Amino acid sequence: MLLALLVLALIALALTMPLLWRGGSELAARHRERMGRSRVSAGGLYDPGRERRAEQRARELLRSCVNDEEWAMYRDLGFIRVPGALSRRTGDADTEGPAYAYLIYAHKPIVAYVPASGRLLSEYCVEFPDLTGEADRSRLPASDDVLAKWMALTSDESRVIGRANMHLVGRQLDPSRVRRDLWRLAEWERRRSRETPAAGA
Amino acid sequence: MKPGHGEVLIAEGDPRVSEEEERLVEEFRRQLDGGMWAAVPTVDGRSGRRRAELVQHYADIPPAAERVIFFPRAAGG
Repeated sequence: MLLALLVLALIALALTMPLLWRGGSELAARHRERMGRSRVSAGGLYDPGRERRAEQRARELLRSCVNDEEWAMYRDLGFIRVPGALSRRTGDADTEGPAYAYLIYAHKPIVAYVPASGRLLSEYCVEFPDLTGEADRSRLPASDDVLAKWMALTSDESRVIGRANMHLVGRQLDPSRVRRDLWRLAEWERRRSRETPAAGA
Repeated sequence: MKPGHGEVLIAEGDPRVSEEEERLVEEFRRQLDGGMWAAVPTVDGRSGRRRAELVQHYADIPPAAERVIFFPRAAGG
């Protein structure tokens, strides 16, 4: 009886061997293909330093475009504040500074808020997708993303806001984190105005 | 600006030299036809405030501009 079972098991194993072999070959081929794709990127061998160099160039470009205060803000806090330029309401005319402003984060939504009260207004989800299809789903370096938002907002605020998806703050960004950033910004400005009186003027 | 690469020099030349200007115009059109936005960083003479100016035609580039930055069009994220 045991011998018969052993013989049956051997026969079953012999019959399934071709199937197992074929399945294993397909898995190995898929693995090889995946490895090949990950090693070769954008037409060349994967270069681990490429993104770091791209970000360094992006930081230099950003620094050359924005003013000293905006650059220092980005360097120290990781975001840039841009005043809103659209028309003020009549009731805001007496207040100093812009009626609203934006915080620009890298690869995160733009946040609109009221500087006088710190009230968060909305978040604008905007991105700058690759249109050529060459970049294989990669995105702009962080500082380039900030610069693109800065250029878009300071040149044609209505257009970029019109293209963005608007949500209440909290969809992608944590409101408490944004409020903490506003507090950090206020502290940073206080410190900066003490150290360099011209900056606070 | 190119996703995955950052800043890439596309073309450079002196617009006062006609051959070089032709090349600059051609590249400017090619970038805009490819769906990019073109911006020129500017400084307000009075306030000193820095901003960017979007340009849609080569002729709109301020004569004093040293560079034009092309970046992908904004889209809802």
